[in-house]
Parts: sequence; structure tokens; C-alpha cells
Amino acid sequence: MKQLNTILLGFGGAVQLLLQSCKYLGTLPRQRARFIEQCYLIGYTTLPIVAILSFFMGSVLALQSGYSMQNFGAKQFIGSLVGLSFARELGPVIVAILVAGRVGSAITAELASMKVYQEVDALVTMNIPPARMLVMPRLAAIVVMMPILAIIGDLVGWFGGALVSKYVDAIAIDPEAYFSALRRYMKFKDVATGLVKAEIFGFVVVLICCSIGLNTRGGPREIGASVTRAVVASLISILVLDYFVTKALM
Amino acid sequence: MPTCPIHRNPITAAESPAVGIAIEGLSKNFGPLQALKNVSFAVEPGEIFVLMGPSGSGKSVLLKHIVGLEAASAGRVLIDGHDAATEGTLEKVRIALVFQAGALFNSISVYDNLALYPREHQLGTEAEIKEKVMRALQILSLENAAQKFPSELSGGMKKRVAIARALVMEPQLMLYDEPTSELDPVMSATISEIIATLKDEYHVTTIVVSHDRELALGIADRIGILMGGELVFLGPPSEVATSKDPRIADFFHPKIDLKKPRFKSLET
Repeated sequence: MKQLNTILLGFGGAVQLLLQSCKYLGTLPRQRARFIEQCYLIGYTTLPIVAILSFFMGSVLALQSGYSMQNFGAKQFIGSLVGLSFARELGPVIVAILVAGRVGSAITAELASMKVYQEVDALVTMNIPPARMLVMPRLAAIVVMMPILAIIGDLVGWFGGALVSKYVDAIAIDPEAYFSALRRYMKFKDVATGLVKAEIFGFVVVLICCSIGLNTRGGPREIGASVTRAVVASLISILVLDYFVTKALM
Repeated sequence: MPTCPIHRNPITAAESPAVGIAIEGLSKNFGPLQALKNVSFAVEPGEIFVLMGPSGSGKSVLLKHIVGLEAASAGRVLIDGHDAATEGTLEKVRIALVFQAGALFNSISVYDNLALYPREHQLGTEAEIKEKVMRALQILSLENAAQKFPSELSGGMKKRVAIARALVMEPQLMLYDEPTSELDPVMSATISEIIATLKDEYHVTTIVVSHDRELALGIADRIGILMGGELVFLGPPSEVATSKDPRIADFFHPKIDLKKPRFKSLET
């Protein structure tokens, strides 16, 4: 019962923070330096790890499905399988999980330490709403960067699958055939669905991490506890939302 | 480390932006713990009011109520007639709080710490903000620290930067939470001088929460003493020093008694 209460309070706090932040959307032009900095931190610095993980996920997917599919003579469809899997499901989920682990944890740690060391209180006394200065630029940045990260993840994942399909002897599919199958069965809606999912996951992750960070109380140990809580809550939210958003977009 | 003179004409009481404060029956509970018990007093515009008391007596909690960081369980705080707990009071009255640990923004330089308030509230061009920030740094002899980060500063410098940051806000009410804690006696005296000088030059209402007897007796217009969440004394420094109340006498002139040490009779 106590845990349910904590979850509901956390949910309510996050919604409240979202509403407060939306109120300050108009201040974005004069906060452009902060917005660009967040785009850099969320997007640019996350890009290498998104690329590495997507490449190997695509490779493993092609490898696993290649061995299975050749048994019943369907290996020419590997391209469409990897393509669709990445565009609709793996791409957005992998990128969201990476954002939760890398960006979300950093956001929570930063905001939690600002809260614990009274920097957030100082902002309040200076009549500078934390939602305006600390939350809104991050939410705006994730809205811009998440689709870019997801698209790059998709492309690199497809490329990883193509490389494995060509160079693993047991599969040995020409990249032209691989991408031809990928294009034949892939519709724009598949990619768009993945981007919408990525957008929703990223936004929720950043909101959760900001909310937990700003509600931290206590000392240094609570900063670590908040980071753990934020990452766990983000991962659970991604997977729960994945089911409902997928169902809604079908 | 002397502070340089403030380059502006002193404000007369008539043109003072200072505000008065009324604390009316303020109580605060944290679960079963009652941190403040029906505390009432008023602070006049332009006054230096020093709030003293042992650790855990509720001084900092009271300060947080004045600035709206805590909500009262009962009673209220009025600043220039506006309820401190109401949203919008901080827009009507400029209140600056100098936190005990400084609460400087660690990821930005000293200059940017000071420039944050005018930038966020769009109080002039960047050139005007620079002039304002540099003047505040000059007042507190911190010109050479402008480009340093808070982690590179000593404890005394952090306190002075926190005061300079408050000064840039051109506050009507200055609150100090333990401004001389963890400082050596000379730096404590310096900070006390800064507080008194700023009050004289800017005529702001000042509330200082402190344990520091020298500071209280040296600069306060009036002193309040909180013990166990209750206001047990309110009056000028001349009265507190000669008080016959054993609690106040013991707080102001504690004797070290090795035969009967206090810690053995402390409640856990």
C-alpha cells in the first residue's frame, strides 16, 4: 500500500512538473543556449553508443534469424525482418533504454545534487522557477533529439544486419538483395510508428528523471538512491508504454 | 581582508525599499516533532534582527518560512503585508537568502552565479548586467574571483560570493543563515561588518540567523532567541547580555564544567 502511494505520488509529481514546464515553453527562445547545450548532451554525446549498440543488435538479429530462416528457405527475407524489427520495435526501445541509462541518470544525479546542496532552493528564492530553467530546456531537447537518435539507430542497425548477411558464409546475401527485401516490405508508417514511440519514450524518461531528481531529499546517499530509482522507473515505463503505444498505433 | 567602500550614495529612510515583516502565531510540525511553537514577532523596515538559539531550535526552519520554502502548520508570515506562503509574493518583494553553505551554482563561474538573477529576469543589457555584477564583486573585494568556480573558493570567499549574489538582486529583505559558521574569528568579524555596512548603505531589512554572540551583540538592533521552537527572548542586545533568565545566561555565557558535563544530561 505504501509503495502504491509512492508510485501515485511520483506520477502526480511528474504530471505537475510537466504542466509547470509547459507554461514556460514561450521562454525557449531566450533559453536557446541552455537548449543547445542539452541537445548536445542528450543527442551528440549519446550518438556513439547508440551507433555501437544498434550495429551489434542488427548484426545479431541478422545472424540469429539468418540461421533459422535458411532452414526453410526464407533467408531472402532477412532484410525485411531486420528492417521491420528495427523500425517498429528495437530501434526506439534500444535508444530509449540508452537514453534512460546514460542521459536520464545524469539528469537525475545533477538535479538531485542541486536539490540536496540547496541550489534549487536558491533558484526558488531568486524567483527563478526550476521548471523553467532546469526542466523545460531538457524536455524540448529530448523532443528534438530523440527522433534523430532513433533514425540513426535504425540506419546503423540495418547496416549491421546487411554486413553480417553478406560476410557470414551460412547466410551470404548480397546487400542489394537485403535492402531490396527491406524496402519491399517496409512502409513509411513502420518508420513513423517507431519515431512516435521513440519520442514518447524519450519524453517520459526525461520527465521521470527530472521529477525524481527535483524531489530528492537528504544527503549524498539519497542522490545515488534517486538515480537508481529514476533509471528503474524509466525502464519499467518504457516497456509498459511500449505495449500500450504499439497497440494504439496498430 | 578589508572590504572596499560602497560607491553609491546612502539611501535615506524615506526612499528606502526596506519592508517590514510580521510573524503571527507560526507553528511547524514535522511528524511528531514540533519545530516551531506559536512564534510571533515583528521586524521593522531597515532593522537588523538577529535570531539566535541552540542547534535544532527551529531558527533555519523559521527562515525557510519567511522565504516560502516551507509551509506553516499554523500561523503565517507577512512580508510587507503579503503572505509569504502565497504564490507571487517573491514577485512583489525582492528577498535574498544567503544560505549557510552558500548554495552557489557549482557548475558555473562566480560571475555567472551573480549574473544569473538579472539575466533570468531580463534586468538590462549584458553590459549593464556586467557593470552591476562587477560592482557587487568590488564591494566584497572579489574582483579576482569572477572567473573562478565555486569549488576553487575558500569557505570565507564562498560566503562573500553568496552575499554578493544576494546584493545583485537589490533586495528589500536580506536573510542570512549562519553567515559566520565555519569561519575563523577575523573572517567572522569581516562578514559581520559586511552585513552591517550593507544594511546602512542599502537600508534593507536584515534578518540574521546565527549562533555567533559577537555578531549578534555587535550589529543587531534587536535579538530574538528561540529555544525548543519557542521564542524565549525578544529585545535589544543590551538586555540580552544582562538577562537573568538562566537559559539565556547559559546560552550566552556557557561555562565549561568538567565535573558535571552537559552532554551526560542531554536527551537522546
